[in-house]
Amino acid sequence: MGRTLTFEIFRYNPTADDDRPRIDIFQLEETARLNIFTALNLIREQQAPDFMFDFVCRAGICGSCGMMINGRPTLACRTLTSDLPNTITLYPLPFFKLLGDLSVDTGVWFREVAEQIESWIHTQTEFDPQAEEERMDNATANKIYEAERCIECGCCLAGCATAQVAPDFLGAAGLNRIGRLMIDPRDQRDEEDWFKLISTDSGIFGCIGMMACDDVCPKDLPLLEVFAYIRRKMAAIGFSKKKEKAAAV
Amino acid sequence: MSNIITTDVLVIGAGLAGERAAIASASEGLDVIILSLVPPRRSHSSAAQGGMQASLGNSVKGKGDNTTIHWLDTVKGSDWGADQEVARIFADNAPIAMREMAHFGVPWNRVEGGPREVYIKGKKTTIVEDYDKEGLIAARDFGGTAKWRTCYTADGTGHTVLYTMDNMVVQLGITVHDRMEALRLIHKDGKCVGAVVRSLRDGEILAYMSKTTVIATGGYGRIYGESTNAVINEGTGSWLALQTGVVPLANMEAVQFHPTGIVPTDILVTEGCRGDGGLLLDVDEYRFMPDYEPEKQELASRDVVSRRMKEHMLKGKGVQSPYGEHLWLDLRHLGETHLKTKLREVYDICMYFIGVNPIKDFVPVRPTQHYSMGGIRVNKDGHTYNMEGLFALGEVSCWDMHGFNRLGGNSLAETVVAGMVVGKQIAEHAKKTALVADVSLAEQFVQKEKKKIGHLLNSVDGENVYELRDEISNLLKTHVHIFRTGEGLEKATTGLQNLVKRVENVKVRSKAPGMNPELSFALRIEGMAKQALLIAQGALNRKESRGAHSREDYPARDDTKWLNRTLARWPDSHGEPLFEYEPVGVLDLPPGDRGYGGGQQISMEITVEEYNSRVDEEQKAKGRLDPVEPTGTRLPKEAWKEVL
Ligand SMILES: Cc1cc2nc3c(=O)[nH]c(=O)nc-3n(C[C@H](O)[C@H](O)[C@H](O)COP(=O)(O)OP(=O)(O)OC[C@H]3O[C@@H](n4cnc5c(N)ncnc54)[C@H](O)[C@@H]3O)c2cc1C
Ligand code: SF4
Ligand code: SF4
Ligand code: FES
Repeated sequence: MGRTLTFEIFRYNPTADDDRPRIDIFQLEETARLNIFTALNLIREQQAPDFMFDFVCRAGICGSCGMMINGRPTLACRTLTSDLPNTITLYPLPFFKLLGDLSVDTGVWFREVAEQIESWIHTQTEFDPQAEEERMDNATANKIYEAERCIECGCCLAGCATAQVAPDFLGAAGLNRIGRLMIDPRDQRDEEDWFKLISTDSGIFGCIGMMACDDVCPKDLPLLEVFAYIRRKMAAIGFSKKKEKAAAV
Repeated sequence: MSNIITTDVLVIGAGLAGERAAIASASEGLDVIILSLVPPRRSHSSAAQGGMQASLGNSVKGKGDNTTIHWLDTVKGSDWGADQEVARIFADNAPIAMREMAHFGVPWNRVEGGPREVYIKGKKTTIVEDYDKEGLIAARDFGGTAKWRTCYTADGTGHTVLYTMDNMVVQLGITVHDRMEALRLIHKDGKCVGAVVRSLRDGEILAYMSKTTVIATGGYGRIYGESTNAVINEGTGSWLALQTGVVPLANMEAVQFHPTGIVPTDILVTEGCRGDGGLLLDVDEYRFMPDYEPEKQELASRDVVSRRMKEHMLKGKGVQSPYGEHLWLDLRHLGETHLKTKLREVYDICMYFIGVNPIKDFVPVRPTQHYSMGGIRVNKDGHTYNMEGLFALGEVSCWDMHGFNRLGGNSLAETVVAGMVVGKQIAEHAKKTALVADVSLAEQFVQKEKKKIGHLLNSVDGENVYELRDEISNLLKTHVHIFRTGEGLEKATTGLQNLVKRVENVKVRSKAPGMNPELSFALRIEGMAKQALLIAQGALNRKESRGAHSREDYPARDDTKWLNRTLARWPDSHGEPLFEYEPVGVLDLPPGDRGYGGGQQISMEITVEEYNSRVDEEQKAKGRLDPVEPTGTRLPKEAWKEVL
């Protein structure tokens, strides 16, 4: 108790003609259980009324508040100042379009990825409102749920070396979404379809496998396992393709 | 000339209700645009944890369930404040909605055949799931229900359902404009033709013109300050309706307080905690609920549990803390595996936000504002009163299946069911309506908003908008909470009448171009103050206790005088609100005892038949739109007799 915290915060309003990126410094008395959500609101209400940032659920659930906190991409709402040193630096997530100060456009990026990977269940089956639901074993449902838990916060992309140099890289979040669909028996896409989608430089082959994404993911998604699953599947398909070719020759 | 965008259907709100309705229209080939303050997947629906109710009856503890039993639970839960026909439409369609969501891709938890250990009423019990139900959608227990019927995906149900829904939106190629805030509806002669919208990207003001306009903007919980709701839930959608002067908001005094908001922060831990066997304890670590509610115990309806908790704290049994008084939620016996799988979000929330490990420690909880049963009044088609072409659904609406208390798991389910049912009426309306691209009308409304913004930005003196916000929420928290008294409500009403005047004089310090967060908030404050007043004054007027509206000075539910729905309009923007009352709808289940809560009742003086004959008469007398099918057609007479 009793610390005075110093916040060094990236500021820039791209809609103002005369604005230039800068660092603003704010001081705040630390209170018990203070988190970055409360701190930033206090700064806005008391010191900088034009300060832009994004929070929605303030409960670590909606993925709105990813930012660089002392160099690490993470969710601001559930970061307690007591876990941080006296000086706290805040930058917007890199990789995404900057909207202003700490606010970035993750929404549009994730919508584009959803379109690109066609992130819906591909099925020919029509829904029959009168029929019992199709059965699924609970282990499969749980496995899908594990991957479905991604909140699209973008932290993995901010921490990913590939993404910084290859802007159309799908990133861990995009690959995870594909993995989620691949393990879902309701999605009727075949191996050929998956191969086309994923065996490119913006897909799994762009990934250098250092797993920074796994390290920063605030929801502890099993990214390592999902990638391993995709790689195994792709290798198997690649292998059978080679065999087909060889047989044709 | 301002930018004008046209579409067949304009949906304001990209939560579950808005997206499902948009899908209904897009599937019919209509052009749809969805607006949202935030990217759709960040809408508050994503934060729902526990699950959604549908009487599939697959789990063994749900055996024999059917839509009539679900309907009965819902009507009793509402303390007879619900429109029973709407509750019926809901209960009948909920199983279809769950199955459709399964078809769209939700990874519902499924039944595993064989024995498993669960906690029921504080005791470890073994239940045996039917092998022939293996693989069908499973259910957990929730409050106020006769059967286990809450379908779920761990404690991330809202997340999976919203992501799945949004994938359908992407598949159908529906246009979404996110970071857009609707400020005002464009309307003329009782017809709605679109909305004035402000971009939260660059501050631009533009007009959207449509054949049919839909409000699906969720709850207003933030007006209370302390709330489980997302910070964007500031009542901007219901304010759109109130500003018209003609569209009424209904039952604004019906506010739900959830028993388990954590202390501090007021973040929710789901009712699923108690559904799965969690217990409420007091300062002596004593389990008090069975003393008050021997039958339902921790799983009575939310209004009852919250009241009992407060009652118990008033007896000096609360735990004192620097953040105020609270009780304990004990989840320890559920064990590490359960807490790290089926209640994983809860585990994370406790660990990250308050440093409590629920595997080993009690979780500090107290009742917190959670849900608004009231909202924009609509008929059973979802059409608003007095405004053709304007529909509303989801939490922002008062379709009225919840009356004065909503059951846990019935709201998420409502969003999807209403999305299907009301969604269909929206599409029908758009198909038979021609687009009126009245540019000068749009411009007139746009200019009004621009003028208001100019005025706010040029104000030299005036009040601080955040301080006004705190004054509003303090009045609600102090006087319009779980227990209410005439005296407290008088104070709140007078205080809020004064605040309604003061919010006209706000000073915006930030002149920054672009989204300007202070300006954005200043544009919402009038709506917050006025709706707070409707809540307080509605509660002051209602001299009875029904569901979540609990008057210490009028402890009985009064079916003679108050078996009705409050309707409040604000006809002249500087004047005062106008209150009226209408029958709750056609009664099938006559008002009676809920079976929990121990409330007193003053019985109806007239017969059910007499009451019912007034329903249609009044609607006609007021010149309201007829629903597409006559009132009462969806309410099978006395079906409940077969299940009692
Ligand atoms: C923490 C929590 C947990 C819950 N858990 C459960 C549960 O387990 N089961 C259950 O049944 N219910 C639950 N509920 C209730 C339920 O989640 C909500 O009632 C429901 O999700 C509301 O959905 P909606 O589509 O009506 O609104 P929301 O999901 O809130 O969406 C509102 C949309 O409107 C947009 N919007 C708002 N204003 C404007 C504007 N002016 N202009 C443009 N766009 C606007 C927002 O951006 C958003 O997209 C829970 C609620 C909370 C707070
Ligand atoms: S994978 Fe993890 S870090 Fe990446 S977007 Fe999803 S939740 Fe965020
Ligand atoms: S493993 Fe490395 S390169 Fe691959 S997605 Fe993760 S961070 Fe990026
Ligand atoms: S605000 Fe939702 S995750 Fe932080």
